[in-house]
Amino acid sequence: MSDNLAKVSRHLSFLRARERWKPAEIVFWLALVGVYFAFPTSLVFASQILITGLFALSLDMILGYAGIVTLGHAAFFGIGAYAAGLMAAHGWHEPLSGLLVAGLVAGIAGYLSSFLLSRGGDLTRLMITLGIGLLLFEVANSATKYTGGVDGLQGVEIGKLFGVFGFDLYGKTAYVYVLIIAFLLFAFTRSMMHSPYGLALRSIRENQTRALAIGIPISACLTNIYTIAAAIAGIAGALLTQTTQFVGIDVLSFQRSADLLIMLIIGGTATLYGGFVGAAVFLLAQDRLSNLNPQYWQFFLGILLIVMTLYLRSGMLGGLSRLADLFRHWRNKERS
Amino acid sequence: MTAILQTRDLWKAFGGLIVTKNVNLSLAPGARHALIGPNGAGKTTLINQLTGVLSPSSGSVWLDGVDITRIPPNERVYRGLSRTFQINTLFPRLTPLEAVTNAICVRERTRLNILKRRFFRVSRCSTLIDEAYALLEQLNLAQDCLVETHTLAYGKQRLLEMALALAAKPKVLLLDEPAAGVPEGESDELFEVLNTLPKEISILLIEHDMNLVFNFANRITVLVNGEELVTGTPTEIADDPRVREVYLGKDH
Repeated sequence: MSDNLAKVSRHLSFLRARERWKPAEIVFWLALVGVYFAFPTSLVFASQILITGLFALSLDMILGYAGIVTLGHAAFFGIGAYAAGLMAAHGWHEPLSGLLVAGLVAGIAGYLSSFLLSRGGDLTRLMITLGIGLLLFEVANSATKYTGGVDGLQGVEIGKLFGVFGFDLYGKTAYVYVLIIAFLLFAFTRSMMHSPYGLALRSIRENQTRALAIGIPISACLTNIYTIAAAIAGIAGALLTQTTQFVGIDVLSFQRSADLLIMLIIGGTATLYGGFVGAAVFLLAQDRLSNLNPQYWQFFLGILLIVMTLYLRSGMLGGLSRLADLFRHWRNKERS
Repeated sequence: MTAILQTRDLWKAFGGLIVTKNVNLSLAPGARHALIGPNGAGKTTLINQLTGVLSPSSGSVWLDGVDITRIPPNERVYRGLSRTFQINTLFPRLTPLEAVTNAICVRERTRLNILKRRFFRVSRCSTLIDEAYALLEQLNLAQDCLVETHTLAYGKQRLLEMALALAAKPKVLLLDEPAAGVPEGESDELFEVLNTLPKEISILLIEHDMNLVFNFANRITVLVNGEELVTGTPTEIADDPRVREVYLGKDH
């Protein structure tokens, strides 16, 4: 009987341990708080890394967890960026409501486009998302009256946060603002991915035929997660607008979608943190290497991408956890 | 006695190719019904029409007295129709415990509120997890339930196929060649599991292994070229000259 009880707790505690906040996660977020004090002159850059990391997290939800490939995720980032920018340029300066509206608008766009993706395989999805991305870019490019076209949207003015904290030149307010929003959305995503719904999503990624055969409403699940991911991408875009008080047309560019995919794959898909790690590595390397010589950056990026996809399919975080497993294995051996 | 699962004049054609020709299949409650026939007879196509992955060109499918012909596949599962696959169709990177818990969560979706379904950790549904574990234990999978599915031995994966179908607590279970590819030495475990399935579940078994069919089934339907050749008890089928002709050729 006691043997039986021990077994019961073993399988439950296995699942619990997987879902619990791990020490490394707490260290990760505390380190981001530490950045504020350690690098007071680089907070603008640090905010951009966080925003890109949040954007990559939204891609992880659909690519890493639900298995939807996309080359046009910047569409939602751009929609959110323009939504927040247009609001601020036309007299609505309050930042939090700006975020909310940007998320809503991007979410609606995601919901509508998700119906084009619910059928069809990977290639269809790649082409459709690519098509939507290119189309939106051209719309923003032509509608110069509203978007400023290639010159970007000028006159974006963001009010004080809660009427107290103004956005300063050093990005102090911006960093704290972005960090809090990013953490809240991360916690939201994390709990969703560890819920029965998240499990259902992963099972769709693993095998659609079987997922349908155990009763999972696949199209509904995919529409749903695509909408949420689009909304989060939109909020990330709005954060960029608000912290830089400017919208450049590159928020909608194909390059942004492609870079995002690279970051997530470098960091590791379906890990929740892969996007943040990938964004940090990518943007830091880009910053340093392109200071040396602009061409070298693409060259090294190319090599890195090839090596990672061939030898480290699970990305940097996957590699790290494999190392940790090896270490644990080795330590257990030493002990016994 | 009313049938639990029934097809009425089921007909399916892909262009000029007729793969299901006027099939009237009927499963009594608690049936152990086998569907046999040579390769290409249209057995799997028929299963796919029962589960709703394919829709028939004409005719209807009835489950427990309700016409389910237009009902999508996932809702047929909710109504008590589940299946296994001839080729392992599993979730490679989920553990068996997660996979079965997933199926049980889907079954119990109306009893979990939106918060629980969306934001609470899976491990908080501990009764569902215990149920998943008990099912895995029953199928001799308890030892392997915490490793990723793709690392399991083939025979174990075949058992997981059954576990996933059973997790839905089906009224009708469609088994598509459960013993396919299992080496002879390992098939005993599978046969034992088949024989201990609850009596109230009605089973439609597709199988090539005649030993298994004649041991397991109390009714057999022979399908040839999409058409029902004959339905009867195992002895009737074994003695039927038409069946012998199909399986052995005219000269025998």
